[in-house]
Amino acid sequence: MSDSTRATDAGPAQDPGSTGDPDLLALRNLRVTIAGRPILKGLDLTVRAGRITALVGESGSGKSMTALATIGLAPASAQVTGSARLRGEELLGRSPQQMRRTRAGGLGMIFQEPGQSLSPVMKVSAVFRDVLGVRENIRSRPRAAQRTRDLLASVGLPDPDRTASSYPHELSGGELQRVVIALALSGDPALLIADEPTTALDVTVQRGVLDLLTRIVRERGIGVLLITHDMGVVGEIADDVVVLQGGEVRETGTVQQVLGAPTAPYTQTLLSAVPRLLPSLERASARSSAEQKDGASTRGDDDTAARGDDDAATQGESDPSRGTAASEPPVVRVEGLSVRYDRRGGSHLALDDVGFEIGRGQIHGLVGESGSGKSTWGKALVGLVPAQARVLELDGTDPRSLSPAARRGVYARAGLVFQDPASSLNPRRTVGWSISEPLHLAGGVGRADVDRRVHHALEQVRLPASYTQRLPHELSGGQRQRVSIARALILQPSLLIADEPTSALDVTVQAHVIEVLREAIEEARFACVFISHDLAVVGSLADHVTVLRRGRAVEQGTVHQVLGSPRHEYTRALLESVPDPSRRLREGQRPACESVGRPEATMRG
Amino acid sequence: MMTTSDALPVEAAVSLDDRTARTPVWRAFLRPVPAAAAVVVAASVLAAVFAPQLSALSDNDPFTYHPEALGPDTAPLGAFGGVSADHWFGVEPGTGRDLFSLVVHGARVSLLVGIASTLLATVIGVVLGIVAGAVGGFVEKLVEVATDVTLGFPFLIFAIALSALFPLEAPRALLLTLVIGVFGWPGIARVVAAETRVIVRQPYVVASRVMGARLAHVLRHQVLPNVASTVIVYSCISLPGRISAEATLSFLGVGVLPPTPSWGRSIGDAISWLLVDPAFLLFPAAALFLVTFSFNILGDTLRDALDPRGAQR
Repeated sequence: MSDSTRATDAGPAQDPGSTGDPDLLALRNLRVTIAGRPILKGLDLTVRAGRITALVGESGSGKSMTALATIGLAPASAQVTGSARLRGEELLGRSPQQMRRTRAGGLGMIFQEPGQSLSPVMKVSAVFRDVLGVRENIRSRPRAAQRTRDLLASVGLPDPDRTASSYPHELSGGELQRVVIALALSGDPALLIADEPTTALDVTVQRGVLDLLTRIVRERGIGVLLITHDMGVVGEIADDVVVLQGGEVRETGTVQQVLGAPTAPYTQTLLSAVPRLLPSLERASARSSAEQKDGASTRGDDDTAARGDDDAATQGESDPSRGTAASEPPVVRVEGLSVRYDRRGGSHLALDDVGFEIGRGQIHGLVGESGSGKSTWGKALVGLVPAQARVLELDGTDPRSLSPAARRGVYARAGLVFQDPASSLNPRRTVGWSISEPLHLAGGVGRADVDRRVHHALEQVRLPASYTQRLPHELSGGQRQRVSIARALILQPSLLIADEPTSALDVTVQAHVIEVLREAIEEARFACVFISHDLAVVGSLADHVTVLRRGRAVEQGTVHQVLGSPRHEYTRALLESVPDPSRRLREGQRPACESVGRPEATMRG
Repeated sequence: MMTTSDALPVEAAVSLDDRTARTPVWRAFLRPVPAAAAVVVAASVLAAVFAPQLSALSDNDPFTYHPEALGPDTAPLGAFGGVSADHWFGVEPGTGRDLFSLVVHGARVSLLVGIASTLLATVIGVVLGIVAGAVGGFVEKLVEVATDVTLGFPFLIFAIALSALFPLEAPRALLLTLVIGVFGWPGIARVVAAETRVIVRQPYVVASRVMGARLAHVLRHQVLPNVASTVIVYSCISLPGRISAEATLSFLGVGVLPPTPSWGRSIGDAISWLLVDPAFLLFPAAALFLVTFSFNILGDTLRDALDPRGAQR
């Protein structure tokens, strides 16, 4: 898209003098130092009108600080040097008042957590009245209402009037983020800064918001600085890419250059750490297609298994390397599991007649968007939520038939790993204490034995024995998740329930944690329920998958069936929505990139 | 794809060593203001313990009248309330008692009642708060009602009425401790209950309960260590208020009985002498202010130092 298209949308903030300057935002040698610690070590970045520049990096890379420093909202203790020019005008060194006017007139900002971007006590319409008063100098209520309606309609909200008269808590995450984008578009800014705009959203919702951002850029010719950790998002919508690590730029270029033929080792690491949908599908699809051609469909139950509401869902293992002997009883057997939450004004069916079986050494992935009931399922297995089920067996025993004391013993055969590494360990206790806690609860284990088993558990998650003396806040997020896994493994559980264990982690760290988990399962051969919103992670790890939607299992089967040849349209929609770093490279206008792309990057279901 | 297993080495133990050296709590008191506050608190505690000896240094005690130090209008002779080599803080107008002795002996009642009532309030508050927060339901409602009733109770009127009923020969310091302590628990109970409610929902508590932990284990190992610093800090910050409460009651004449020295009563007496002898107000009031102010600073310093995440500033 060229600069000339901007003229079609002549907003009040449009500066005619700037159209000749292709660089909308130019950061040159931007440095930020806080308390003597360099956060940004000389960043060069350019955003052009009508293009999306992605700033990619993992946590601590300084990408959010870049945004804050640019808009003059860096913490007071930060020293910012270098140059940040918006339409040729230097932003650094301006007074707070000047900066505020610049932000009001030429800049829009979108944050990660839409629920926290809006004041919970104000209706959307009131927020817009405030903002329009400042950014567009609209004082009259009817005019503000009209403008609000236009803005909300422009971001694809189907019923702007209803949205405007809602409080933030009455809107969904996707609607909220669209409202925030509409707010950012008020005053017709030339530049939008979007800091992880879709990270908190479900994939199908993310897809819509990304499409919206692309459309805004194309239609209005504004520039977007997109800050993200997600190579998939970059691949989907960015035009230019800057890769940041530890405050230093590792690579700069167009999306085709950086994702198609990365030169910096760090970029390559980042890209290879992105979980691919079905890396193993290559082998498996070769095998299964061979089977199909032979007509030797020995697994007649595959069809029923794929329907999801079938009880005998997960028999017939297709991967003999991790499969269970048919004679071995499953670790978990659940049939007709329902969970009902009572709410004010009725009850809500969080899980509706679902079931599965997991054998030793197998991983069953539960996939779904927020509110699909996947976490509830995990909790119901260990009695954390009241549930009804026709069959509920852990290790061949129905915990419901036992006395409370015996039930505790059965539940203790299940280890739990949670999403948030910050809260999954007792902050006041050492790592060694936390890992050994299950042993103390079980009782009857000698001191020397405890130490030996703690060290073994740490070994299993590849942490050195010296970590026993550490406190959780002295560990990184990935290390904490590994400690959580070690704690879950120390009783040699027959079942591990991992609820989004890697969602809060950077991709490279996620890759390590998943590898640790995979090795532990291979070694100790426990069954694992792996709960995730991330199809790619599940696809790279699980043997069987259940796709959940609003408490119902829409599709169930082996990972190859479900993700490789999905039957249900919802599964297909989910798969379609997963951001893919290389989709545009493959389908895009430059087939030359295809030849240099990594082979696994082209694998999609 | 994912990193292969041989490319995933055991994490180097040195990687975080700069963060592992935990700063001991006392280091927080090396900065000038907290250090000064610590010195004031230590000095006041020492003064309370060694009050007779300190008085004896200037050959005084808090009970002997010194009419020779008073003028004909019974105001102290000499400048600044009669400050002299014999009477370091001057003398009390009307009686001529040595003011320095009154102030150091006054520290005894103030600190004793302040600290003992804080301990009492903390124990009641923590027990009720933790139980309410962890058990929830009916028990929580009960504690809430008790909290509201206690907070709504007219404390001063009750204390004054009670002291009228209380036999004169009974120990007044004990009565003050009981009254201030028993009325002081709702604040800490609320704070502890709120924190406990959050803690028992934390994943690490859920994990431990699933693995068979009983409530007692959760309270002892998960909740108590995590509310401990809040409790310590809250007590430290509420202690000055209780010292003031003692002073208030003594000021109103329902605290410790004369002739036991007390800052509150000295301040009360000084009000009527303010125009003639402002120095009489100065010394006990300064003592009260310095001690309460210093305890507040200690509380703030402790709060920052006890946060395991090490507040960075």
